[in-house]
Amino acid sequence: MSDAGYPPLTLGRVQELALKANDLRRELVRMFGKAGGGHFGGSLSAAEIIAALYFDVLHLRPREPQWPDRDRFVLSKGHAAPAMYAALCDLGYFPREVLDEFEEPGNPLTMHPNMRKVSGVEASTGSMGHGLPIGVGICLGARLDNLSYRTFVLMGDGETQEGSVWEAVMCAAHYRLDCLTAIVDRNCLSCDGVIADLQRQEPFAARWQAFGWATREVDGHAVGEVAAALRTVPFEPGKPSVLIARTIKGKGISFMENVPGYHRANISPEQTRQALAEIAAQREKLL
Amino acid sequence: MSKPIAYHLVKDDQYKGLDIKKAMTREAWSLTLIELAEEHPEIVVLSADLLMATLANRFGDRYPKRTFNVGVAEQDLVGIAAGLALTGKTPVIASFSVFLLMRACEQVRTDICYPNLNVKLIGTASGFSFGLGGATHATTEDLALARALPNLTVLVPADYAETAQAMRAAIAHRGPVFLRVGRSAEPVIYNECHFQIGRANQLRAGDDLTLIACGAAVFESLRAAEMLEARGVHARVLDMHSLKPIDTQAILAAARETKAILTVEEHTIIGGLGGAVAETLAGEGAGVRLKRIGVPDIFATEGNADYLRRLYGINGEGIARQALAMLERE
Repeated sequence: MSDAGYPPLTLGRVQELALKANDLRRELVRMFGKAGGGHFGGSLSAAEIIAALYFDVLHLRPREPQWPDRDRFVLSKGHAAPAMYAALCDLGYFPREVLDEFEEPGNPLTMHPNMRKVSGVEASTGSMGHGLPIGVGICLGARLDNLSYRTFVLMGDGETQEGSVWEAVMCAAHYRLDCLTAIVDRNCLSCDGVIADLQRQEPFAARWQAFGWATREVDGHAVGEVAAALRTVPFEPGKPSVLIARTIKGKGISFMENVPGYHRANISPEQTRQALAEIAAQREKLL
Repeated sequence: MSKPIAYHLVKDDQYKGLDIKKAMTREAWSLTLIELAEEHPEIVVLSADLLMATLANRFGDRYPKRTFNVGVAEQDLVGIAAGLALTGKTPVIASFSVFLLMRACEQVRTDICYPNLNVKLIGTASGFSFGLGGATHATTEDLALARALPNLTVLVPADYAETAQAMRAAIAHRGPVFLRVGRSAEPVIYNECHFQIGRANQLRAGDDLTLIACGAAVFESLRAAEMLEARGVHARVLDMHSLKPIDTQAILAAARETKAILTVEEHTIIGGLGGAVAETLAGEGAGVRLKRIGVPDIFATEGNADYLRRLYGINGEGIARQALAMLERE
């Protein structure tokens, strides 16, 4: 349970990460705005989580995307791809022009990520409940190879209604995969509305604990808290870890926050300008 | 025309249980993997509580650290295999076809076929081989599903020797492969087997009609050919072990050189071998009379393989009868 190898998580460092999250928000709104619409809600709620991962937690070598010892990140909630694309672009996995042509015909950056088209993407995702079993497989492969890299899987909370998630939850605990960390973007909304109205999930953390996972909960928009928690995985030796990140769907755009309709939505150029203005104002406050 | 491959066909009526050499194709793949294991340390084997039923445990007993039993959880099974493949392993996953391709169909499609991962899927209990289990456990629709999945190579070997060769070919092939094997011991056809993905084996020459078969139906087609021979009808027999890619040349040659084609499979006549041959003929504009022998568009009833083959006319007698009827209509 050490975070050796990481620089101290100073206030300055946290501010840097918060600015990165702000960058991701700006880029994904630009991408979606240009495309005429997109999965705003779940991309915005994941901005701090993805910033903490790519700019602090994951051991990566962007110039060597297939470095065998790299940490693996599987974006199981593939509809949040633009936030990941923005991070990958920032790290130099592909040039800026590619980002600017998100969803244009022939561009590798598609609504849901394709590992065969985009450098840095570890798995082709988009269908709910697929990422965690894949993460279990990656961890078993790491164990066979005696490699010590870690695997992180980001899921939506609605996604954890899939039965396949719980198959993998059982399996990861059985194999004591403490190299596996699940992160749940707990924004409490799914396509059709409030998750608790569709299918109750509480007691959410207790369910994971009962299956043998070590759990921790954080404010998913406090990027320093997210990074600090993820730096210390496994939370308990011999157990897979789950970080439940309490978030707000649509975080950062006033007219999108907690509005289920912005799971995926089209927006006007005027709305895009307003959204970008709000993100710019948030940046001013961070500086 | 390539030289027919030697086979030994036991003349005794198999239904009387006389001394026919039989072997289990579901054992062939697993024992073959043991032979390949040292040369291919990347091979790992997984099942979902069916290590024993699929005989994956033959491999598992020898290589326990390379074998994973994930419990009764097929979606997880397939996703885990995808994850292992992402780390450079060659996962071989075994389950009943109905669970592997249908319960976990989307995982097979999206996690394995879409990124073209190097995973081999062993589907057992297809066709009539576990007919006693009924439609919940036995499937006669798996080939139609498998053929529809891009990147997936679909192999249906006819007997023990060919299954062993198909397993070798599947490992040598980079990309996902579905390998359909049976359950109970089936007659041995091949003394030696040459196996090339996409290239049918001609087991018998003939120019009156062609029987194109796959899996256990190959043996029954050979029996039918013997019966037809006694009636003066020379039947060509093709073992179409690869459904995808399929041997278009062999099909077109049969259309050119013989008067009729009958496809024979333990599968619905929709979308499997019969469907593939029909598509090939129609696509190439080849005019030849075609009869698809298999399960009509129904769920096969419960029963052992011999019973079901008789019932649906997929035994030697039934195939010969339908072939003669077809020629008489000429």
